[in-house]
Amino acid sequence: MSLKIMNKTTRSNMITYAMVIIAFVIVQVLIGNGSISSRLQGQLVPICAYIVMAISLNLTVGVLGELSLGHAGFMSAGAFSGIVVASCLSQNTDNEPLILVISMIVGGVVAAIVGFLVGVPVLRLSGDYLAIVTLAFGEIIKGIVNNLYVGLDGSGLHVSLIKNTVEMTDGTMLINGPMGLTTIPRVASFTAGFILILVCLFVIFNLVNSKSGRAIMALRDNRIAAQSVGINVTNYKLMAFVISAAMAGMAGVLFTANFSTVVASKFDFNTSILILVFVVLGGLGNMRGSIIAATVLTVLPEVLRSFSDYRMLVYAIVLIVMMLATNNPTLKQGISMIISKLKGKNSAKGGSANV
Amino acid sequence: MKMKTKKKLALGLVLTMGLTMFAGCGNGGDAKTDDTAATDGAAAIKIGGTGPLTGGASIYGIAVKQGAEIAVAEVNAEGGLQFELKMEDDAHDAEKAVNAYNTLKDWGMQISLNSVTSIPASATAAENFNDRIFGLTPSGSAPDVTKDKDNVYQMCFSDPNQGTASAQYISEQKLGTKIAVIYKNDDPYSAGIYAKFMEEADALGLEVVSEGTFTTDSQNDFSVQLSDAKNAGADLLFLPIYYDAASLILTQANNMGYAPKFFGVDGMDGILALEGFDTALAEGVMLLTPFSADAEDEATKNFVAKYQEKYGEVPNQFAADAYDCIYALYQACNNAGVTADMTAEEINDLMIEQFSTMEFEGLTTGGAVATWNEAGEISKVPQGMVIQNGAYVGM
Repeated sequence: MSLKIMNKTTRSNMITYAMVIIAFVIVQVLIGNGSISSRLQGQLVPICAYIVMAISLNLTVGVLGELSLGHAGFMSAGAFSGIVVASCLSQNTDNEPLILVISMIVGGVVAAIVGFLVGVPVLRLSGDYLAIVTLAFGEIIKGIVNNLYVGLDGSGLHVSLIKNTVEMTDGTMLINGPMGLTTIPRVASFTAGFILILVCLFVIFNLVNSKSGRAIMALRDNRIAAQSVGINVTNYKLMAFVISAAMAGMAGVLFTANFSTVVASKFDFNTSILILVFVVLGGLGNMRGSIIAATVLTVLPEVLRSFSDYRMLVYAIVLIVMMLATNNPTLKQGISMIISKLKGKNSAKGGSANV
Repeated sequence: MKMKTKKKLALGLVLTMGLTMFAGCGNGGDAKTDDTAATDGAAAIKIGGTGPLTGGASIYGIAVKQGAEIAVAEVNAEGGLQFELKMEDDAHDAEKAVNAYNTLKDWGMQISLNSVTSIPASATAAENFNDRIFGLTPSGSAPDVTKDKDNVYQMCFSDPNQGTASAQYISEQKLGTKIAVIYKNDDPYSAGIYAKFMEEADALGLEVVSEGTFTTDSQNDFSVQLSDAKNAGADLLFLPIYYDAASLILTQANNMGYAPKFFGVDGMDGILALEGFDTALAEGVMLLTPFSADAEDEATKNFVAKYQEKYGEVPNQFAADAYDCIYALYQACNNAGVTADMTAEEINDLMIEQFSTMEFEGLTTGGAVATWNEAGEISKVPQGMVIQNGAYVGM
């Protein structure tokens, strides 16, 4: 099937897939011939995790049209449950991909269940209640995990809350209260992150293009009209929200498995907002935009290290400039003129670029 | 389709424009401010470290950077072995610390100062271990930093030691009969000391009558915890926390007319230098610290004078630990005959050999000789100090 026959959405989706795959291949080649800096190489897995976070939040914010301010909370729920499972598995097997896949599934399921519990009461309401509740939810998860102690020894898992009363015979602490996860099996890899991005994109694109997806978008655009034609508001909202939470949980496992230690306060309100910034900057409902924004904004602070203390100041300026520029009509006009000129040349030569 | 392409293009253009515009001015100033380069252009051993140079915990990161800079300048002035120091910002975050560490690796770091604060230090220590780059942390005090890593050593004493030492000190000196504790339960440093303190207090038969907790989000008001301690009749308040929160506790306790004895750990150090804090409130506060800026020995006097001259403030124990780190590395490098053209891995093996056998005496070792054990923990003993007339006096 050539690009021309496909409809517009499919073509756009294919371009997004192609972009991700090409980026992956380029990076792999760079790693292969050793020309990638260790700074960038160290950031590859976090970038993948942030991309998944961004596209999953885009499902809630862009496609469903509900504001969520606690997306990092789902990341946290998935990360901590998934890594506990990964730690248990790593005592029995050395198969890293297997450990990662199983712990990701567990992390995703746990985050989905949590998302379901949060969503059931809140998504029945109309208005900004989801924003308020998810904001509180993120803090609650942080508070719980900060006081959670989980240990593992020969006889199994030991759990205690608030006070560390875990008694073990020759075991290890997996979650150690405010110290967080301290013995993480580092099973994450760039390839795994790449595959996770593709899977999530596949799920989201297919959902958006399905009957359910159209129902979800109808709810976003006009809730009353959608209700009047018999769309079940809560069910469809919940569907999008739970899928989004599950993906965040898997991203959490991927992110955490890349580091040797992660604390609960890593997944705080700031992280939730950071991911929301990726989504807003990339464009609501625009998955490709989210991917680019997440990548650029994750790499940017590190690239700006040469500014030393003024790093975050420059970061903020760049952010503001980006937001203004992408909405500037004059600039848009100028660029569209350049593009149409280029296209004019192309069509003169080949006469086929009718995009 | 058209609109989206345009958007992306605009974004890309602005970004490249912004980056190229700023990149020019950034690199020039950088070399002067951030690096302490070798004096005579000879090849220098590259030492890198990460720390919170911006954000809430930046006092610690900046102190370490400044303390280390003074030591490096002194070492380079000797004319022998040359050091080059670079500190990167990690904003007290494990993820950013790993990024900062990788940046230093790209720069060609041969010896690592690991990280300043505990959580980032645990994360970068794992990278030290994987990359076989020797790490000596000035102040990453959590046990996880050195645990199971043969090439990561600590210059500060570890958190559990402080908890145990505090309980023993209180018990031996009979400082209090009824003890209250206020600790920060989302901070590994504070929670770590608290846990060991309680264990030891239990063993020594100390009576703990009140336990209060707080978190980063609630460290402005301590009236509930203080009232609880007061109502329980506590005559000694143990504060295993940093001085910023401790200063508020002292002020609020004073306001409510509650005057128990206060006992802090090394995080309390710095309270006298805190801006806007009435130092009269800190009179009689006891603390355990490895370093006192008022010590009479020649080395401390020299360090404090230089620090004040250069940065206009009294150094705290973080600066002193960093100063000692550089000198410990200097001593080890000289003993082992390390040269600047060796790889990080070669230096790593020589350093492990040195640090497992070396004896070191510095500003923070309390006038005695310190050694390191197999786990990478230093043997120094916490010193009990009491604040009298705005200065530390040994107990």
